[in-house]
Amino acid sequence: MKERMKRAKRMDRFMTAVFYAVAVFFMVLLAAFAGKVIIGGLMGAKPEMFGFERQGTLGNQLFNTIYLVLAALVCSVPVGVFAGIYLAVYAKQGPLTKFLRICIETLSSLPSIVVGLFGYLVFLVFLGMGKSLLAGALSVSILTLPLLTTTTEDAIRGLPEGYFQASLGLGATKWQSVFHVLLPACVPRIMTGVILAAGRGFGEAAALLYTTGSGSTLRWGNWDITSPTSPLNLLRPAETLSTQIWNLQINGQDPALANLAAAVLMLLVLVFNIAANIWSRRIEAKDSGEKA
Amino acid sequence: MIEKKKQGMFRKEYAWRGITVFFGLFVIALTIIIGAFLVYKGSDTFLKFGHSIWEFLGSAEWDPVDSEEGGGSVGALIFITGSLAVCGLALLVATPFSLGSAIFMTQISEKFGGKFYRPVVEIFAGIPSVVYGWTGLTVLVPAIKTVFHRQVGHSVLAAGLVLAVMIFPTITSVSADALTAVPDECRNAAYGLGSTRWQTIWRVVVPAAAPGIITGVILGLARAFGEALAVAMVIGQTTALPSGLFSTTKTLTTEIAAQMGNAMEGGELKSALWTMALLLFLISLLFITLIHQISGRSEKEKGGE
Repeated sequence: MKERMKRAKRMDRFMTAVFYAVAVFFMVLLAAFAGKVIIGGLMGAKPEMFGFERQGTLGNQLFNTIYLVLAALVCSVPVGVFAGIYLAVYAKQGPLTKFLRICIETLSSLPSIVVGLFGYLVFLVFLGMGKSLLAGALSVSILTLPLLTTTTEDAIRGLPEGYFQASLGLGATKWQSVFHVLLPACVPRIMTGVILAAGRGFGEAAALLYTTGSGSTLRWGNWDITSPTSPLNLLRPAETLSTQIWNLQINGQDPALANLAAAVLMLLVLVFNIAANIWSRRIEAKDSGEKA
Repeated sequence: MIEKKKQGMFRKEYAWRGITVFFGLFVIALTIIIGAFLVYKGSDTFLKFGHSIWEFLGSAEWDPVDSEEGGGSVGALIFITGSLAVCGLALLVATPFSLGSAIFMTQISEKFGGKFYRPVVEIFAGIPSVVYGWTGLTVLVPAIKTVFHRQVGHSVLAAGLVLAVMIFPTITSVSADALTAVPDECRNAAYGLGSTRWQTIWRVVVPAAAPGIITGVILGLARAFGEALAVAMVIGQTTALPSGLFSTTKTLTTEIAAQMGNAMEGGELKSALWTMALLLFLISLLFITLIHQISGRSEKEKGGE
């Protein structure tokens, strides 16, 4: 009996050490990975790489990445927020609602390359857009849609029941309650969802491979929105940072530029994700403070 | 006056409700349209070019003709095997580490785990896959080449490891959620009976959280299966069945990514690629169904108690 207890205790100490080792190992791995990408990328960079030339720089790609994500969010935020409101407020329990939930799950688990192919088929083949920033933005908006819908629904459902009841009790219609009471209360939460969606959009490459094209000739100062070299034109081909890394990898040239692009991309995503994380923590802290 | 205001109020209510319903239906329509397009384009291989489903799934002869006449062979077994091998390896590597980290951050060092380790892991879930792929290509591939004395470092092993690091955050955070959700009574009861911490974790907490952990593993698998570019960078892209850890091969996603741009619209090659995309869609549906089955069963069990 004593022998068994001893063995159990030894085993316990041993496994605790194993768990510490696993945790430390992965933390070191993640830190080394981030450090290698960011520091390695920035160390090998030359200052002229931050320029806006046709080749050998990443200024244009950085602009395209941000512009594309912005365009994608303009499309997906209204759809996602309204669909989320529908699910949280108006939807009745039934087969249709159940099916909508299954659809959202399906969308969220679609491989991004499949979404890219769908975008290619619909926007390029059927609508004849040509490889363009808009086609890529619409594809990315499909990818971010499920995240936005579920965040909005969870945000509204996470509010105390009293908000909605009190508003209805004062004679407001459902929509008035949503618009004047529920939505303002969960704007911060929805915003964290939007930031996460933006983070996802920044890194997307597979969905853009056949929708946005590569190469980026921009003439800064050309603000005529219909001109193919205008930065603001939505219908021009647009290489983003992630597709730039992919293209540089295929050509096998200029690894320093690819390293730098990876570093910038990673910094961009880290900043957005950390911001979302801190923000949502602050909301949580505030909420629990109110309840107490 | 008040009547009129009321009427306006209700008209607005109906209008806005209509809009939310419209966007809800839009999401449904979008999903159905995506599925329908994939079926429509993917079925050409079977209907227009007359290949059998068994040829597509079971033959390793991949030689589709890039024209509308057809007549090539469309066996996708190489890509299916490649995908399975790479994802299997990734799961094999990632699951023990993820489970270990999840247990560490929820059961052993709750304070440090919850405040620091977990957020860090969650942030890593958002790192773009091309960055993983590029780092794999510049660090891991040369490392494999020198450590194992291979001619090329591109391999199933490299792809599996890159995917393992990529899905590690997904599996970890879902498993950690499942472990936290186990009621404290279970834990205290086990301690009260004299269990050590390890016995409590292994015999009580992990079995109780098993459905959630399996869900996490499936989510990780789904992410690995759908990953295209990170894998394409490190797998070497040769059209041959993988024969070992160090052989180069292709997966479903990498072949689509590599060929789609060159293929002719309406040709046999293109429709075969669409069929592969359809297969990916069906696999992701399968994963969702599995997750539902698991969570449904565990809820039933809870209800039965």
